[in-house]
Amino acid sequence: MQLNNIFKFNGGVQPEENKTLSTGLPIARLPIPKKLILPLRQHVGQVAKLKVKPGDQVLKGQMIAEADGNISASIHAPTSGKILKISEEILPHPSGLPDFCITIEPDFEDIWIEKKPISWKKIGRAQLIEALAQSGIVGLGGAVFPTHMKLKINQNQTIHTLVINAAECEPFITCDDMLMRERADEIIQGALITQTILEAKKCVVGIENNKIEAYEALKKAAQKTSIEIKVVPTLYPSGDAKRLIYLLMGIETPNDKRSSDLGIQVFNVATVAAIYRYLELGEPSINRIVTITGAVKTPQNFEVLFGTPLSNLINAAGGSLTKQKKFIMGGPMMGFDLPSIDVPVTKAMNCVIESSPELFPAPKPVMPCIRCARCADACPVNLQPQELYWFSKSSQLEKAREYNLFDCIECGCCSYVCPSNIPLVQFYRYAKSEIIAQDKSKEAANTARERNEFRLARMEREKKERAERHAQKALGAQDKEAQDEKKSTIAAAMERVKQNQQENINN
Amino acid sequence: MIFLAILLGLVLGYSAIKFKVDGDPMVARIDAILPQTQCGQCGYPGCKPYATAIAKGEADINQCPPGGDAGAKALAELMGVEFKPLNEEHGIQKPKSVALIDESTCIGCTLCIQACPVDAILGAAKQMHTIIASECTGCELCLPPCPVDCITLEPVHENFISWKWKYPIYNIQKAQKA
Amino acid sequence: MENRSPYIVNAPSISIIMLKVLLALIPGIILYVYVFGLGVIINILLASITVVLTESAILTIRKLPIKPFILDGSGLVAAWLLALSIPSIAPWWIIVLGTILCIIFGKHLYGGLGYNLFNPAMVGYAILLISFPSIMTHWQTPSNLMIVDASWLDQIKVIFNSNLLSKETLDAMTSATPLDYIKTQLSLNQPLATIQHDKIFGFVSGRGLELINLGYLAGGLYMLKEKIISWHLPVAFLSTLFFSAWLFNFFAPDTFASPLFHVMSGGSILCAFFIITDPVSGPTTPRGKIYFGTAIALLVLIIRLFGGYPEGIAFAVLLLNICVPLIDSLTQPRIFGHK
Repeated sequence: MQLNNIFKFNGGVQPEENKTLSTGLPIARLPIPKKLILPLRQHVGQVAKLKVKPGDQVLKGQMIAEADGNISASIHAPTSGKILKISEEILPHPSGLPDFCITIEPDFEDIWIEKKPISWKKIGRAQLIEALAQSGIVGLGGAVFPTHMKLKINQNQTIHTLVINAAECEPFITCDDMLMRERADEIIQGALITQTILEAKKCVVGIENNKIEAYEALKKAAQKTSIEIKVVPTLYPSGDAKRLIYLLMGIETPNDKRSSDLGIQVFNVATVAAIYRYLELGEPSINRIVTITGAVKTPQNFEVLFGTPLSNLINAAGGSLTKQKKFIMGGPMMGFDLPSIDVPVTKAMNCVIESSPELFPAPKPVMPCIRCARCADACPVNLQPQELYWFSKSSQLEKAREYNLFDCIECGCCSYVCPSNIPLVQFYRYAKSEIIAQDKSKEAANTARERNEFRLARMEREKKERAERHAQKALGAQDKEAQDEKKSTIAAAMERVKQNQQENINN
Repeated sequence: MIFLAILLGLVLGYSAIKFKVDGDPMVARIDAILPQTQCGQCGYPGCKPYATAIAKGEADINQCPPGGDAGAKALAELMGVEFKPLNEEHGIQKPKSVALIDESTCIGCTLCIQACPVDAILGAAKQMHTIIASECTGCELCLPPCPVDCITLEPVHENFISWKWKYPIYNIQKAQKA
Repeated sequence: MENRSPYIVNAPSISIIMLKVLLALIPGIILYVYVFGLGVIINILLASITVVLTESAILTIRKLPIKPFILDGSGLVAAWLLALSIPSIAPWWIIVLGTILCIIFGKHLYGGLGYNLFNPAMVGYAILLISFPSIMTHWQTPSNLMIVDASWLDQIKVIFNSNLLSKETLDAMTSATPLDYIKTQLSLNQPLATIQHDKIFGFVSGRGLELINLGYLAGGLYMLKEKIISWHLPVAFLSTLFFSAWLFNFFAPDTFASPLFHVMSGGSILCAFFIITDPVSGPTTPRGKIYFGTAIALLVLIIRLFGGYPEGIAFAVLLLNICVPLIDSLTQPRIFGHK
C-alpha cells in the first residue's frame, strides 16, 4: 500500500501491534445470553430516561430508555424478553462504582419490533437528525458522544470534509479492522449517507498501512463513489481525531475550537455503519463488534448484544489461559482495569484484553525524573510532560493548567518512553479531575455566597417594612388615615412585588 | 541632587495616583477563599463577617472547620502570615454532607427555614418542608431549631459525577508489590 | 484497583542509558592511556570505589533503598568524568575528595538523582580547582614527549605518594598543557606563530591531546546514534566555539589561536558530548538546549582568552546551570493547536 500523506505530527510511538492474535477468525455472533444488563449511562451527556418498569414485555429494538435532552442518547432492548429489574450494578468504569441498569431476561424468541427504515434521500435534514436522535447511535470509537449532535450544524457553519476514522492505532484492537474486511459496503454506504446529511463536499477515509485486507475491501466498496481512501503510516496515536485530521489534511485544530468549527467532522467506521443500518434497515443501535484478545484460548472478534455479561464473551473465546482473571478494557495504552468479569458490554467497549504476566509484566520500580525529556519528544500534542509531571506531583494545579494540562489526550506515549518508569498519565488524570472538582466547589461557594447575601438583604427589607408599618399605625388617626393607610399598604405591596420580580430577573 | 530627588518624588507621586489599580479590597479576597458554608463555627455570623474580622486583625486564620488546613494555608499565604493548622476548638473538618428532613416527622413549623443562611429549605407554615440538596452547604444551623428533631445530616457519597482519580502513590519500595 | 495505563513500556532504564554513556567514554580512555599511561585508570578505579561507598553511606543515612540508586550508574558517570578532568598524576586523595564532594554537594544535598541543580562532576572539579590550585594545574606530560622515561609503575607511585620518586622524575613528568602554555606565552607577548612551533603542539592542538579528543568525539557520535543525547547541545557548543574563536582569530591572528585549536584542545569535546549533556542539570527544551550550548561556548572562550584560568569549562557550565530554569520557562515550544 502506498502511503499518500506528507504531514507528520511530533512524537508518537510504535508499540508492538499484537493484532494478528485476533484477526485469524471471522466475526462470530454470540448466542443470546441468559441476562442482559443495560446501564442507563452509556454515553456522554445526560442519563437516559426510563420508559419501562419491571415486568414489562419488550421486543427487540424497542426503546426502553429515552434520550433526555439534546446531549443524550436512547437505549433499545437488544432482544425480546421481560424487564427483570432496575437496579444498581457494577459498570465497566475505572471507578468501579455501581449505577442504575435495566436487566432484561430474554425469551430467546428474538422477535423484532416493526422495523421502519427511513427514506433518507427524501426527507429533510432536520427530520433526519430528529430520527437519528431516536436511534441510540453514539460514537462507537470509544468517545460515545451522541451522533445526532455531531450531525446538527449551525446555519452559518458548513462542513466541507467528512473524515472517516479507520485508523485503529492502538495495539491489540481489531474490531474496526474486521468490520472493514467483512462489511465494507455498509461502511461506505453509511459514509455516503452521512456525507449527504452534512452536505460535505469531500469524504476521506483515513486508514493505517498495517490493514491491507481492510484497505482492499474499502477500496472495492468505494469504487463507484467519490470517497477517497488515504493511507497513513502506522504510528500511535494516529487515530486521535485531531491528529488524524492533521495527517490527512495538514490542518491543526486550535485547542479551544472543535474540528467542526473548521468545517471538518470525524466519524468512526462503526458509527457510520450503524447509521446505515438504522436508516436503511430500521435497526437501532443494539450491538457492536468487540475484540476479545490477550491470554484467552481463541482470541477473536464477536458481534455482541449490548448488556451481555463479559463472562459470556470470555467463555466464547475459549476461556482464560491464566488464573489471574485481570481484564483490561480498551487497548494497552489507554485502557483501564475492569472491576470484575461480570460487567456488561456497553457502547464504549471496543476491546477487552485478558492480562497475563507475559503480556503485561508488572511495572518496574519508579525512579525520580532525570529530566531527559524523552516524554516531550514522544508527545503527539507537543506538550512538555515533564513540566506537567512536576506541577501535578507537587499539586501546583494552577501552573499545570497554565502549561496546558487540559490539552493532554492521555494517550500514554510519555509513560511508554520514560526511562524512570514514572506513571505520568496517572498524575495528569489526578491533576485534571482535581482541578475540575476545585472549579466545581468554587462555583458552589459563589452560589452559596449570593444566596446568603440575598437572604440578608431580604431580611433587612422586611425589617424596614415592618418598622414603616408600625410608624404608620402610630401616627394614624381614624378614617382619613385609615384610607391613606390602606392605599399606602396596597402601593407598598405592589412595590414589593415589582422589586421581587426585578430581583428574580437579575439573579 | 536635591533637584533630582524632587523630580523623582513628583514622578512617583504622579504615578501612584494616575496608575492606581483598584484591586479587590482585602475583605473580598479573603471571602473568596472561605468555603461559604455560612455555618458560624468560626464565631462570626457568616463568612463575610469572619473575613472582615481577619482583615481587621481581630480573628485568626485557622478558625474555619469547613475550610480545614487547606483553607488556613491559603489564608496564611494571602495575609502573609505563618500557617497554623485548624484550631479544633472551633470544630473539626467533616466530610461534605447535606441535610435531610424526615418528611413523616416534619410538623411544618418554619423554624428551620428561618435558620438556613442560604435559603436552601423550601416550605411554608403548615406545609411540608424539604431541603434543596443542591444548595445545602452542610452548615448544620437547621438541626438545633427543629422542635421534633427531624433533620439529619447525610454524608455525600462519591458517585459517577463526583468521582475523581486519586493521587498516585508510587514509592520505590512499594512499586515492587504493584 | 490498579489502573496503570499504559500497560506496556519500551524505554531503556536509567542504568542502560548510563552504561551506554560509560561505553562511549571508553575509546577516549583507551587513547588517554596510550598517550599518558595508566595513571588515569587508577584515578577511575579510585573514583568508582569512592562513589559506590559514599552513595551507599548517604542513601543509608537518608533511609532510601541502596540497590536501585547505586545500580542506576549516574554516580559512576559523574565519577568517571571527574577522573578524566583532573591531572592523571594528582595524588590519590584528590580524586577521592573530589568524588566525595561531587556526590555530596553536587547531588545528594539537593535531593539525589534527578534533583541536582548543578552538574555534579563540575561541582567537584570547581571545588578542587579553587582549593588546590597548584596540584590541579600540574598536568602530566604526554609519554612521547617525556625526557626521562617514566614507566607505569612510576605513575602509580606518584599517585599514591609523590615522595617515592626523585625530584627530576617528578619535574619531567609534569608540564604545562597547551592551553596553559599559550596563555602564559601570550601574556609574555610572544607572537602566536612562534608559540605554536613548540614541541608540545601537534597537528591542530596539543600533541597526544588531540588524539584523546578524537576518541571522545567517536564516543559522542556513538551516543548520538544510540539517541542517548540529541544533536542540539554538541552542535550548538562546538559551532559557537568554532565561530567565535574564528572571529577573534580573523581580526588578530597573532594573539588569538585558531578555531580548530580551541575545539580540539582542553576539555572541549568532552564538555560538548558528556558534560553539558547531563540531562538533570541541563535544559529540557530543544531551543533551550541551543541557547545553553551557545552561552556555555561563549563563556568558555571568554574565560580561556581573558580570564584567569587556562580552561573555563567548569565555571561556564556552573554559571549556566543557574540559568537553566529561566531558559526552560522562556523556550517552551509551540503546542499542537496553539498559535
